[in-house]
Amino acid sequence: MSEHLLSLVLFTPLAGMLILLLIPGSKKNLIRVWANVAAFAGLLVSLPLIWRFDKNASGFQMVERVEWIPSLGARYIVGIDGISLLLVLLTTVVGFLAILSSWSAIEERVKEYYAMFLLQQTGMIGVFLALDFFLFFAFWEVVLVPMYFIIGVWGGPRRLYAAIKFFLYTLAGSVLMLLGILTMYFQHFKQFGYYTFEIADLMKLDMPLGVQQWVFWAFFIGFAIKVPMFPFHTWLPDAHVEAPTAGSVVLASVLLKMGTYGFLRFSLPLLPRASIDPLIVQILAGLSIVAIIYGALVSLMQQDWKKLVAYSSVSHLGFCTLGIFSLNPNGLAGSVLQQINHGISTGMLFLIVGVIYERRHTREIKEYGGLAHVMPKFATVFAIAMLSSAGLPLLNGFIGEFTILQGAFEANRAWAALAVTGVILGAAYLLWLYQRTMLGEVTNEKNRRLPDLNLRELAVFLPLLAWAVWIGIYPKPYFDVLEKPVQEIVQRVRPEYYRAVAAAEPGAHR
Amino acid sequence: MSAYYTSIDHFALIPAIMLALFGCAIFLFDFLIFPAPKQRKWLLLFLVLGVAFAGFGLWRQQQFLSAQGVPEFTAFSGALTIDGFSIFFNWIFLVATFIVGLASYNYLEIEGEHHGEYYGLIMLANCGMYFLATGTDLVTLFIGLELMALCFYIMVGFLRGDKRSNEAAVKYLLLGAFSSGFLVYGFSVMYGLAGSTRLGDITVAIARRETWDPLVFLALATTTIGLLFKISAVPFHMWAPDAYEGAPTTVTAYLSVGSKAASFAFLVRIFLGPLAPAREVWLPLLSAVAIATMTVGNLAAISQSNIKRLLAYSSISHAGYILLGLVAGNPTGIKGIAVYVLVYTFMNLGAFLVVVALRRKDILGENLEDLGGLMQKSPGHAILMLIFLLSLAGIPPTAGFLGKYYIFLALIQTGHYVLAVLAATYVAVAVYYYFRVVRSMFISEEADRVPVASSFGLRLALGLTGVLTLAIGVYPEPWLELAQTSLLLR
Repeated sequence: MSEHLLSLVLFTPLAGMLILLLIPGSKKNLIRVWANVAAFAGLLVSLPLIWRFDKNASGFQMVERVEWIPSLGARYIVGIDGISLLLVLLTTVVGFLAILSSWSAIEERVKEYYAMFLLQQTGMIGVFLALDFFLFFAFWEVVLVPMYFIIGVWGGPRRLYAAIKFFLYTLAGSVLMLLGILTMYFQHFKQFGYYTFEIADLMKLDMPLGVQQWVFWAFFIGFAIKVPMFPFHTWLPDAHVEAPTAGSVVLASVLLKMGTYGFLRFSLPLLPRASIDPLIVQILAGLSIVAIIYGALVSLMQQDWKKLVAYSSVSHLGFCTLGIFSLNPNGLAGSVLQQINHGISTGMLFLIVGVIYERRHTREIKEYGGLAHVMPKFATVFAIAMLSSAGLPLLNGFIGEFTILQGAFEANRAWAALAVTGVILGAAYLLWLYQRTMLGEVTNEKNRRLPDLNLRELAVFLPLLAWAVWIGIYPKPYFDVLEKPVQEIVQRVRPEYYRAVAAAEPGAHR
Repeated sequence: MSAYYTSIDHFALIPAIMLALFGCAIFLFDFLIFPAPKQRKWLLLFLVLGVAFAGFGLWRQQQFLSAQGVPEFTAFSGALTIDGFSIFFNWIFLVATFIVGLASYNYLEIEGEHHGEYYGLIMLANCGMYFLATGTDLVTLFIGLELMALCFYIMVGFLRGDKRSNEAAVKYLLLGAFSSGFLVYGFSVMYGLAGSTRLGDITVAIARRETWDPLVFLALATTTIGLLFKISAVPFHMWAPDAYEGAPTTVTAYLSVGSKAASFAFLVRIFLGPLAPAREVWLPLLSAVAIATMTVGNLAAISQSNIKRLLAYSSISHAGYILLGLVAGNPTGIKGIAVYVLVYTFMNLGAFLVVVALRRKDILGENLEDLGGLMQKSPGHAILMLIFLLSLAGIPPTAGFLGKYYIFLALIQTGHYVLAVLAATYVAVAVYYYFRVVRSMFISEEADRVPVASSFGLRLALGLTGVLTLAIGVYPEPWLELAQTSLLLR
């Protein structure tokens, strides 16, 4: 089994889902238990990845390849490097916790709910593992359907609108991305005389800048809508606000990372010339900075707790894309780490909204106040999650944002200066949110008797809290894991970079 | 055997003979042996047998071609050509006939119009399709077309007591006859140009003339109009929604896949044969038609509340996509047409069969609301329908994606980037209306508590289409190889 570890990780949730379908829908508790067992099994089988992964090896590891559609040149190829390792672990951990958190939140159509969640797990892991564009695209699309149902069936009042908007936006992006993929596929045929979707083969392709630019924009549409980057972000608040808690958690923590991962894995290494094209870099960095500031400003204005967290995602993801298009090791490594951090922190923030929504069935911020007196454990968890999201030193958010800003500073000082305002605004809207909901006197009578976190809820939060603290205090293992893949990307996009650094090293100042 | 009817002629004709023989036998046995309405089911056995024998004949032809190592052989001094193309399409027709036959008996019982001749008409229509795929002579092709169309005129109006069905039949008959007129006019000009009705001779004659020769243009324009009617391409699509809505749903299913697939086989034969030399002339024409077809089909489908009409417009838009394969015109595009028609057959049949299952005594089951809560009522049907709709939308890993994949790739290979972007954008539009159906099934409240209609045949047919739609999507290799053998461009 050990040589098929990745396939095991990939298909465990799917197998769990297929078995789940055999359980009669009336046995709700059995379904819940089984779904949690399956998700936990998915988490367990992913853990060996940690010690089997060799951080000093370059390229992809644990690669499996099977012929799939020879006449198209599509193969089943999966493999991981440091970037996908972290994202896969994020997926299995957050996926399990999201399923665990749904125990009492979902009463209707329980079986379908868990089936969709498990199917989605496989889809998302597949996106991060696939090393063949055809396979990647299939998983990319597979993810859409379960999320549509999770929002559309178990969501809030405007769920239908939010679900179809999510679906159409992402689909429109991904079909245009498909055209980009097909263009590369055909270019490869023209240069090498055979058709293949394998990423490693497509890397050898030498396309003229003009074609690279077109393909870059095609990919951009697909990935930027998923991230979502600034002008394409409008689906996100709707989807988040309407989705059930666990749906929001997975959407924010993992689904959005598919977009940033796409930039890292495909746009940069496959289209190196377009990726350093000054115009493209300026536009992408500009959009990222707009997203950082705009997302933060809009967050400040929100009356709805969940919407606030949703817009904060836009801002945080802006940091991730800014890091990517700084195109230097700090920026890239910081971006990946920040993606994990955002998964942890924003995941927690959405869970927190979910906990309170389950008790009060409202998300209006002004309905709350002084909850710290009533729910001390809850307030503590929220405080840590909020501070980790705001980027307080010794918590994870700080490490990620700091590294990204370092990278941005190195690339262009103005970018860093502008992005820093996002950090400040981020602290502002989060602290203000905390103040309005948690501190002061209890103003609303309905809030007097709210029960504090129960054991299951604590069990959901504790691993995430521990993870946040771990990254905050000792991020070295993460940077170690990321060093090689980041170096490979930079080497590919800017071959002169390391030479320049080596040349500058002897001097005291750079 | 005389010199006019050799054994190779016979060999080329066997599937058609089987279909016609068993079809006519059904007409006879209907009142000779099985006069009681209860026994009519047994006529289905004749259909299955006929299809099986025809399939056997087809398989023998396939074996013969591979054993001889030749790409094709002709019969009746060139009036019929058996090649990979004809065999590929004939398999599609036979499977469609089989599936529709299976799904029909229970439905016709419910409609109260279960008559034996229905099965006979299906088989004769299939016989007509056989000639459309194998014919390489204008007269043969035209006879095949009319045989198929006549059967459909009757079948569309099969619900004698139903106003809509009658209206649909008359509309379809009038517009169909009109389009046949155009077609035959074009054929007569072609005959005038070549002095022969063989496609090969006409190709030579047209190639010898100048590209913009007025006579060639006349032949081209009228033939194209006739053909576009048959595949319901814009602006000649008006009959389709009405005919699809009014016809008995099983007939709609058959019309939307069988007739369409046969018309595409016909169209490809003509455009890659006699009209190939005039490609420069028809290319802008067909591009415009393809764009218009995708646009009108997709946009009009959005506002439909009747699911049969919705699927009618969706099938119009699919015709647009398939035409794009011809616009690209390279081997990928032609293979794309074959793959697209193959996957379209199964997914579209499947979608209509779910509508068939919704027709119950006293419930028409044709509106979007009638699908409401299907997931609670009958999860199997709902999930199958979801698979068919995802496939129609072209979302992997369902079969429909492959059709779109080839079309997009062909457009990119031939540098039609704008068309590719347009076609890709319409996928998102299509998802919008397909997901109106999904929403109704999975999210809306249950419309009624009456269980969906079910019979062994219908379940088998649905299962078959569902399994194929998924299987082709997940493991397409054997199907792509099959489509590869059908390539007309060599």
